[in-house]
Amino acid sequence: MPLLGDNKHMSIEVRIPTILRPYTKDAKVVAAQGGDLAGVIADLDQNYPGLGERLLDNGALRKFINVYINDEDVRFIGGLTAPVKAGDSVTILPAVAGGQ
Amino acid sequence: MTLSISQSFVDAIVAQSRAEYPDEACGVILGPVGKDSAARLKAMINSAHSPTFYEFDPKDLLALYREIDDADEEIVVIYHSHTETEAYPSRTDVAYAGEPGAHYVLVSTRKEIAPEIEFRSFRIIDGVITEEAVEITQN
Repeated sequence: MPLLGDNKHMSIEVRIPTILRPYTKDAKVVAAQGGDLAGVIADLDQNYPGLGERLLDNGALRKFINVYINDEDVRFIGGLTAPVKAGDSVTILPAVAGGQ
Repeated sequence: MTLSISQSFVDAIVAQSRAEYPDEACGVILGPVGKDSAARLKAMINSAHSPTFYEFDPKDLLALYREIDDADEEIVVIYHSHTETEAYPSRTDVAYAGEPGAHYVLVSTRKEIAPEIEFRSFRIIDGVITEEAVEITQN
């Protein structure tokens, strides 16, 4: 299913977890562009102000958030420098963890 | 707010917590989207294998979300055990509470209260803990 957008290059699909949907007016899936994950996050923050702050802490991915490009955890493929291309799917999931 | 949960799920969570002691045990209960109905229990591996910390492996987490997406399910309960402290969310639990719609179930297996076990449920939203009643059903 084609993603619609003003920019014909917006062809990266980003899946947004429930906790971040207040930033995307409740959208579960949004379109983004960027050549790497850092670029995609910057683009998301442009369109959905405040989203960048929830994903990054001092320029690094927050440890409470898991990001996957297609099915790969970005921690293993370069983190913020992980390459992203048209047709890729980026999934953001809050980590499930805790302790006493 | 109340957590309505079947006795068989309570028993399964308690049994898992005892079996995995001294490590923290963890898992989820899933249900159809939008119904707040605890329908299907899924124990998860604590990839930290620790008595003081639990974590779903990021790969397992992704697989879980794919599975529930396919089945039109949502996460209704996220449960874990505290091995030596009370069944109350810790600061770490609150810091990591990323599912605002979930009931967070805590179980304690601490020795002072053995053979009893504490089983309590909480909502954790925007960093605020609210305890809720647990209604145990017999089906």
